[in-house]
Amino acid sequence: MPESLLFYLLSGVAIVASALVVGQRNPMYSVMLLIASFGALAGLYILLDAPFVAVAQIIIYAGAIMVLFLFVVMLLNAPQEDAAEWDRTHPLRQPGVARFGTALAFLLIVQLAWALLRAAGSSQPVGARGDAEAVSSVRELGRVLFTDYMFAFEATSVLILVAMVGAVVLARRESDL
Amino acid sequence: MIPLSHYLIVSAILFSIGTAGVFMRRNLITILLSIEIMLNAVNLSFVAFGRYQGNVDGQIITFFVMTVAAAEAAVGLAIIIALYRHRESLNPEAFTSLKW
Repeated sequence: MPESLLFYLLSGVAIVASALVVGQRNPMYSVMLLIASFGALAGLYILLDAPFVAVAQIIIYAGAIMVLFLFVVMLLNAPQEDAAEWDRTHPLRQPGVARFGTALAFLLIVQLAWALLRAAGSSQPVGARGDAEAVSSVRELGRVLFTDYMFAFEATSVLILVAMVGAVVLARRESDL
Repeated sequence: MIPLSHYLIVSAILFSIGTAGVFMRRNLITILLSIEIMLNAVNLSFVAFGRYQGNVDGQIITFFVMTVAAAEAAVGLAIIIALYRHRESLNPEAFTSLKW
């Protein structure tokens, strides 16, 4: 079935790209790989009948936020992590501890997967309930956003204003005071 | 059709990767990127649950998470720039003193 094939392909790209983001020492490559991961997630949103979220994901995350990250990485000419010093001093790099930590992380994933597969209703197809047309309509999305979630929407605008002022104040040089 | 649990498992794996990144990396920018991975994993489960319930509330909450992520990235990167001016380093180990 092409839809499930697409799902596994996009999930694989998202997971591998995210793992490489964490595995990279050069922040530049990390940011580039994270953009690939966000693109794959946007594909998953389209499979979930949420095209508006997918477009917002591309424009806001891959477009705006990641460009901000790239800008800071280039501005600071960010140094790579010192691998040798990191290997020597980091407590998680001692061989026994590292193996134990990796085993615990895999155990967490296996346990989560086991619990999720057993949860009631989780084996039902995700698109069984509801009308795909209604869920993916931008009109319905806008109606709910400006009626039920009106207060949260207005509060968000204040949050953005606070973040903007905060970023300007924090990044200012002391001599500009 | 793909079952709901598969979306949730992808979300759980992405969240675990993000958590591992926050603890393992020694670079403030990569730590912020790992937090973005975790926020995206949560977004994916919100949208999957919303589609499963057949309403748009999951997508609406995703928009709020994206807004908070944008604000967090702007403020976090401003803090990183301010710290880098003082110490010429992005290693969190360099910022262990409360005052300098």
